[in-house]
Amino acid sequence: MAARTDIRRYMGFGALTALCLTVLYVPLIVVAVYSFNASRSITAWGGFSTHWYVDVFVGPEAPIFRAAAWNSISIAFLASTAATVIAVAAAVAMVRGGRFRGRQTSFAIISLPLMVPEIVIAVATLIFFTTIGVRTGYGTILIAHITFCIPFAYLPISARLQGIEDTYELAARDLYATRWQAFRLILLPLMMPGVISGWLLAFIISLDDFIITNFVKGAGMETLPTAIFGSVKQGIKPNIMAISTLMLAVSVIFVTLSYLINRIGQKAR
Amino acid sequence: MAAEATSRSARSGTGWQGLVLPLLLPSWLVIGIFMLVPVALMAVYSFLTKDFRGGIVWQFSLDAYDQFFVERGLFGDEPPLPNWTYITIFWRSIWQAGLATLLCLIIGFPTAWFIATRNPRHRALWVFLITVPYWVNLLIRTVSMRFLLRDHGPFNEMLMAIGLIDSPLRIINTDLAVQIGLFYSYLPFMVLPIYAAVERYNFALSEAARDLYAGPWTVLREIVLPTVKPGIVAGCILVFVPSLGAFLAPDLLGGARTYMIGSLIDEQFRGSAGNWPFGSAVAMILLTMVLAVLLWQVRVATREKR
Repeated sequence: MAARTDIRRYMGFGALTALCLTVLYVPLIVVAVYSFNASRSITAWGGFSTHWYVDVFVGPEAPIFRAAAWNSISIAFLASTAATVIAVAAAVAMVRGGRFRGRQTSFAIISLPLMVPEIVIAVATLIFFTTIGVRTGYGTILIAHITFCIPFAYLPISARLQGIEDTYELAARDLYATRWQAFRLILLPLMMPGVISGWLLAFIISLDDFIITNFVKGAGMETLPTAIFGSVKQGIKPNIMAISTLMLAVSVIFVTLSYLINRIGQKAR
Repeated sequence: MAAEATSRSARSGTGWQGLVLPLLLPSWLVIGIFMLVPVALMAVYSFLTKDFRGGIVWQFSLDAYDQFFVERGLFGDEPPLPNWTYITIFWRSIWQAGLATLLCLIIGFPTAWFIATRNPRHRALWVFLITVPYWVNLLIRTVSMRFLLRDHGPFNEMLMAIGLIDSPLRIINTDLAVQIGLFYSYLPFMVLPIYAAVERYNFALSEAARDLYAGPWTVLREIVLPTVKPGIVAGCILVFVPSLGAFLAPDLLGGARTYMIGSLIDEQFRGSAGNWPFGSAVAMILLTMVLAVLLWQVRVATREKR
């Protein structure tokens, strides 16, 4: 006997879902399309062209963008790597450490960067570096990024670790593997999908940050988001749309990779 | 050989227990030194005296909070009145963030429900579709929204092309634009926790209610909403909290009259016109509000569990 009506179906919910996805994607698609506009004007469509992408790499503003891109990518690489190492250590202690005093507090400390508003972190970090007399620049951006990347790396890693039973490690230990060997040869390979996922997310978070970077970057130092912000303040130019589209592509590729790696990891388990 | 029968692992477990402290120390140190200490220092700064050229003097003063709450005459000889300038900015931020949260809920709940009732094999893909925009640079997303909503942008052009309007709608630089920007920025935050709650929802409850002649909307109101409430509360907080201190949406989509807390704080740290103690005080007030909201959520969550 078929049910009278489907209890899972509500009128209009499908339409609202379509609206939700439209709102999320249309602005991005529009900018991506207009980045291929041949016209100098950002309003009228003048035919397809990759002119603005060439402009990004060899145009008059190219040196600025190149320097900013290098800063962004190198900071994101170093910050996400450092944050991942710290997060792996913390996750092993939190998940494998049994019950210990201060477990709740530790979790609160690790998730602190997620709870404090970004603008507050930005202000506090600037005040801190100014007070201890450190000149703001590349180093201060890197330190700030490592700090707020930790929870983003931690969450996927600890989620993965929680799903790994400790029997594999116990077996290795029974067979006289040292603690370090059991970690390097057994636990770390099992954790790898979570570690890669955490690293990728931390990388994207660092690459994307604007507010905190803008406060602690110091004069003359730019990352891609701060360079884009500075340029957009004078109006949206076509080359900015090309850069935005490139960054958008990088984000989408990284998130897709992170998603696929996690899925493969889940299937292998 | 009874002693040999106990394995090494039974005696020492996986062996991590003894290493908890050194393993946790790096995260404690980094976050402690570069986040907790700075926030504490910011609290101290909010009680210091402002120097005339944007610097500070290490002398205790309540000037920053006084400036925020109290209006005194130019020469300090008039009776003090409540200062509405900054309270209005806070009120506008709360109002904007609240509306954005409501808008996200109206669109986000049906979306979360729709995804949670799909074939389990396709759900991960739907969730992925919702997550992707979140990972795209917020600055780029906000700039895209500005591009779309401009007076002669694609949105207005489209409306004019199909003849709905004759002249472009002024959306940019209004409260509405900031609204749309906040809504668009944090919409994924609303969908994900509600989805997680609906996915765990036992649909037999709906079935039972329907069998007892409850209409579908009654079921939704009386059975579903109370059951998935923790997910809804979590989603609302994840949208409300970042909206409250947002900087990019008001700065890029709003104008002079759509000033919010984020811009007010930012301004205090720019150039020699800045006022660090005052900026710190405003940031402290924002932080206190956010922590109050988070504590409230923890209380709601623990009450629901019991």
